Amino acid sequence: MVPLSYYLVLSGILFTCGVTGFLIKRNIITIFMSIELMLNGVNLSFVAFAAQWHTLSGQVFVFFVMVVAAAEAAVGLAIIIAVYRTCETLNVDQINLLKL
Amino acid sequence: MTPNLHLWLIPVLPLIGAAINGLLGRRFSRQAVAGVALAFCGAAFAMALAVTIQFSSLPLPYTETLAHWIRAGAFHADFAFYLDQLSLVMLLVVTGVGFLIHIYAVDYMWEEGGFYRFFSYLNLFMFFMLTLILASNYLLMFIGWEGVGLASYLLIGFWFTKDSAASAGKKAFIVNRIGDFGFLIALFLLIKHFGSLDFEQVFRLVRPLSPEIAGAGLLTTVGLLLLVGACGKSAQIPLYVWLPDAMEGPTPVSALIHAATMVTAGVYMIARSHVIFERAPMALTAVAIIGTLTALIAATIGICQTDIKKVLAYSTISQLGYMFMACGVAAFSAAIFHLMTHAFFKGLLFLAAGSVIHALGGEQDMRNMGGLRHKIPWTFWTMTAATFAIAGIPPFAGFFSKDAILFQAFISPHGSWVYWAIGVFTAFLTSFYMFRLWFLTFFGECRGAESSGNDQHSQTGGSVPHGHGAVHESPKVMLVPLVILAVLSVCGGWVGSERFDRFLAPVFHLGQAQSMLDDKPSPPMPATPEPKSEGASETVFTLISVSAAAFGLLLAWLLYLRRPQLPQEIAHALGGFYQAVLNKYYVDELYAILFVKPLVDGSTKILWHGIDQGVIDATVDNGADAARQVSDSVRHMQSGNLRSYAGWIALGAGVVIAYMIWVGAR
Repeated sequence: MVPLSYYLVLSGILFTCGVTGFLIKRNIITIFMSIELMLNGVNLSFVAFAAQWHTLSGQVFVFFVMVVAAAEAAVGLAIIIAVYRTCETLNVDQINLLKL
Repeated sequence: MTPNLHLWLIPVLPLIGAAINGLLGRRFSRQAVAGVALAFCGAAFAMALAVTIQFSSLPLPYTETLAHWIRAGAFHADFAFYLDQLSLVMLLVVTGVGFLIHIYAVDYMWEEGGFYRFFSYLNLFMFFMLTLILASNYLLMFIGWEGVGLASYLLIGFWFTKDSAASAGKKAFIVNRIGDFGFLIALFLLIKHFGSLDFEQVFRLVRPLSPEIAGAGLLTTVGLLLLVGACGKSAQIPLYVWLPDAMEGPTPVSALIHAATMVTAGVYMIARSHVIFERAPMALTAVAIIGTLTALIAATIGICQTDIKKVLAYSTISQLGYMFMACGVAAFSAAIFHLMTHAFFKGLLFLAAGSVIHALGGEQDMRNMGGLRHKIPWTFWTMTAATFAIAGIPPFAGFFSKDAILFQAFISPHGSWVYWAIGVFTAFLTSFYMFRLWFLTFFGECRGAESSGNDQHSQTGGSVPHGHGAVHESPKVMLVPLVILAVLSVCGGWVGSERFDRFLAPVFHLGQAQSMLDDKPSPPMPATPEPKSEGASETVFTLISVSAAAFGLLLAWLLYLRRPQLPQEIAHALGGFYQAVLNKYYVDELYAILFVKPLVDGSTKILWHGIDQGVIDATVDNGADAARQVSDSVRHMQSGNLRSYAGWIALGAGVVIAYMIWVGAR
């Protein structure tokens, strides 16, 4: 039996990687992937706790998160394609259409 | 059984005319504008005549309620009209003289810009004036009262591009506000103590009260406040200063509003409220004193004026003083009698003066007139009638009314020989300055540059009605009203003050008769005790006042026709006093120092610079400045850079997590 703390540390490492990637990367695709990383980091802690306390609610949450992530991926990728068509770049520093 | 007179139509007809001309007149031709104005004003006059024809068969006083207006608990004020002998006289004077002046104005104003505007205002004035006269309660009267003030303001400032005209209009309006303030408070007091503003109801409640001889009470207060209102509207001391300046308006306006009708509204109001005044002897005395002083002081100022319209303005103030004097000695019918004859001859004087000004192409200074007798004979003869009438020379109209006032001033229980003496002296002054005007204008040599330089005048004068050649008589349209008014000025007094008094008796002596019921069984003229035995002395009084007038005529003849250099010498001899009179006793300057300057300074320094700029503006400005500075520093967060947003979100999340940890750890 792997102790709970291992899962939590791994989950924390994954989440931190996601945040860091989100903050420092310039490519939208990479940022998008960082978001997935953060989501999965959270998912990991959910299932770890669920297994620890023998409850199903954590598992159910993970399913919800995965569904949302899938939907988000579909919409997000569509947006990214549209953005690329408009701006011909995926560098977020150059995409500032909403700026006044 | 009461026939419906549709009294409400009388004021409303001119209102329709005003609306048509005011809203659509810009597109009308001048003929159409004049036609509309004359038609509606004439219709009002015709209705007034129709009312007069039915008058003897009417149950008086006749009231007519058009609609409910204010109903609050027990208090109510309606759009209701009231007709009795007093309002009938006023009605005929206002519509009749008003209609004549409308006719006159058509030609006088023909060449002016804003022709439609002028007639719209003029009709509007008629509407408000008729509302004032026919109102059956003080509140509706107050509407008319304010409305004529508005019309007066608009018409004085008719040539509003001229600075003096615009400020004269403002002055008239503001000075009138002071009077209206008193009137309004009087109305509040009436509502508080009698719960009504309806003439009949208020007077029914007031009649049983006994006169406040011992000390000032409610009725005295109300009377004095009403007097303040009347002083403003009727240009009495201390609020008379607006009327001379009001001569900036076109001459028909001066004739209609500032001589014949509006300025007499104060006299009408006091006469209407006679039930209150009769029970407030102190208020009556105040009315008499103010009237007497005004009559005297305005007459002395009138002597030194050189502008033909200013002389007439001061003469109007002086004659209004006579009317107040008559009201003050409770001789209300004499006051109304003088009001009527004054409307005839003073309206005529102004119209004739307008005709003279017209003939000379805009010249108003009497020093530049003279010798016009043969050049404008119609104007001369009509003006002569008016001058003799105002001077009080028999058998012209002014003689009868002025004589009645002077006689009453002496004989009335409220009167005194002082009023009479000042009145006679004022009659002398009146005669003097009017004949001075007459001689200066029509006799002697042509002074000034009128014969040679008249062409120049007409071309340079901006507001000159016509392009002028030589001095010429006015067209027929202007002469017809002059002639009609001249006939009235001659014959208007022949009705006689006693018959007039008897006609108005149901209005004025009803209340008195009831209160004096135990003294005398309803005498025909309770204002003059034992009128018959005074018959001989009345003749003496008449002789004295007529000789005063004749003396004025002679003096004017001597000074201004026989020895034209003499006035200069007298002026030199009098020195400082002459200067004071010439400068109207420096009243305007005094008011400027006492009231206007402190008010303007206070408003500028405290209200404007201090409160408005220092507090209100500063609060708003500083608030806006602070908001801008804060947002200036914060707006850099909104860079549009996605990663910086992510950073802020991460930071925020970090703060939230830190806070929750801190809360959990506590």
